[in-house]
Amino acid sequence: MKKDLWQGPLEKIDDYRWRIPKRYNPGMRVPGIIYADENLLKDIRTDRAPEQVANVAHLPGIVKYSLAMPDIHWGYGFCIGGVAATDVEADGVISPGGVGFDINCGVRLVRTNLSEKDIKPKLRDLVYALFNNVPAGVGSKGEIRISSQEEKKLLVKGAKWAVEKGYGRSEDLEYTEEHGAIEGADPQVVSARAYERGQKQPGTLGSGNHFLEIQVIDQIYDNQAAAVFNLHQGQITLMIHSGSRGFGYQICDDYAKGMVRTLGKFGITVPDRQLACAPVKSPEGKAYLGAMRCAANYAWCNRQVLMELARRVFEKFLKLSPKDLGMDLIYDVAHNIAKIEKYKIDGEEKLLCVHRKGATRAFAPGHPELPEKYKSIGQPVIIPGDMGRNSYLLVGTEKAAETFYSTCHGSGRVMSRSAAIRHLKGRSIARELEQKGIYVCSAGRQTLAEEAPEAYKNVNDVVNVVHEAGISRRVCRMRPLGVVKG
Amino acid sequence: MADPKSPGERKRAETKGAESFAAHQIFINPKGNMKQYEIIDHTADIGLRAYGKDLKQLFINVARGMFDILAELKNVQAKDKAEIKLEAPNIEELFLSWLRELLYQYNSRGIIFKEFLIDKLSDNSISASAGGEKVDLKRHRLKTEIKAVTYHQLKVQKVKGVWQGEVIFDV
Repeated sequence: MKKDLWQGPLEKIDDYRWRIPKRYNPGMRVPGIIYADENLLKDIRTDRAPEQVANVAHLPGIVKYSLAMPDIHWGYGFCIGGVAATDVEADGVISPGGVGFDINCGVRLVRTNLSEKDIKPKLRDLVYALFNNVPAGVGSKGEIRISSQEEKKLLVKGAKWAVEKGYGRSEDLEYTEEHGAIEGADPQVVSARAYERGQKQPGTLGSGNHFLEIQVIDQIYDNQAAAVFNLHQGQITLMIHSGSRGFGYQICDDYAKGMVRTLGKFGITVPDRQLACAPVKSPEGKAYLGAMRCAANYAWCNRQVLMELARRVFEKFLKLSPKDLGMDLIYDVAHNIAKIEKYKIDGEEKLLCVHRKGATRAFAPGHPELPEKYKSIGQPVIIPGDMGRNSYLLVGTEKAAETFYSTCHGSGRVMSRSAAIRHLKGRSIARELEQKGIYVCSAGRQTLAEEAPEAYKNVNDVVNVVHEAGISRRVCRMRPLGVVKG
Repeated sequence: MADPKSPGERKRAETKGAESFAAHQIFINPKGNMKQYEIIDHTADIGLRAYGKDLKQLFINVARGMFDILAELKNVQAKDKAEIKLEAPNIEELFLSWLRELLYQYNSRGIIFKEFLIDKLSDNSISASAGGEKVDLKRHRLKTEIKAVTYHQLKVQKVKGVWQGEVIFDV
């Protein structure tokens, strides 16, 4: 099916930055800027994502510009790959649609002492062992069951709750964004439905684009940074992509519905109801922020449990001790979240509410929130690609001040799920990947076609843009060997 | 910790390429030509457009469409029931609330619904019952996880005498 091209203006600023001018739509308070090269721009024009960048520019209190990273694609409300900061003190708003349903969907990267030759002969069985021991798939339930009282503790403690229950080590928390628990989570503003949905799902991968992947480092770009991470060419890594599961979906659902109904009260008009929002300082805004932070902590707890389940499989399957395996957490990043952060805007310090929806925080070297070990090199940024190509580890740069220290989060879809299914009719993605030496195991029969490499942009092109634009820097590239999909 | 699966079990766990992917077919009513619902393309998510000669039929068809995205319906019986009563400020929000409520019932009680009976329906309220069966993975196949029903491009309108409703799911 031929899609209509988006016909709006995209003015070239330089080879990697394109502006949607304010004049495009009279309601825009700031211009839009899309990070892309000419090649990616062709894909970007094929859906409604640029229109969504312009829509986000309507939000009250938005500062400087509505941004989109090169993995931009059509979402609901915000585009995926969108970044928008609002001025908290100037009636700036917070929008549940600017975070998304899967609150704190994110990714973590784990190193190992293993090399490709250590696991190559056993790879297939290792992938199946992971598949059998890490709950994955539609509506998957985990081994952890919690009461509402216990859930309240989890929502405040995040990943620390998991460590206290025996899932992982305290040093894992040092290498998790916000130490795996953002402050200000308020269990009082969480609905009974969210509590109910959260009780059975800690430690579950979920479905769709979520995965657990065994990878090998196939290229190092920055030896110094790689040495700090204790990473080298040929080394095996483990990557985990998951979020806050039904708990987070319910929080977004509850608050998006509520904010659609209070738009009038605040005199806010938005071009898309999924952009419904409320001033950060209003009771509605504060309540959402408190609930969103509960979901963010739920997600950090979830990825912490998933990592520990995977470590146990490696230990048992390879008959190696934790020390010999060396499965240390490199870092864990959120890529669907809103954060209150301080920035200097035109010489004045301001408190901003930074929405990152399908975008990753990327702090520069020296930032006080970075672990001591990483202060000299900048925040690790983990970019998962599709299951047939590559993933990346990058670091934040000072240049990223222009994007509120944000960068891309993945490769970004180019094909809808149903288009992917039509396009791949009759082909076995599992077999094709196996021929490339990649073993894939999936709980859902449709998942593999929907998630086929061709349905995505080439992550190498996406990462090239953020590297060349200077908003983050390549450290190393990984290639998938084994994938567990939901 | 369980051991890796036997080769036979592996085979079943493995995804068999694209063979079962004609999942979201357009349903043609046996008596007439009117579609009940169809999938609309959206890059990251799934859109659904439903039709009905009146609003009641539109609401029934969109619910059927949603459960067709969620699961294979052929082995599902209408054994378990849910009573649904909702209010909303307007018809579009009611349309959304209806789907949101059914999705919640599916997620919390694990019931795949396939039959819907609408008792009363106005622009602001609905009173209905839904029949389905608790998920039994030995007999039922789940297809796509729907995270939520979004407001994006939500539309309920009458086009040439036929009611149409459009909605986008986050999947």
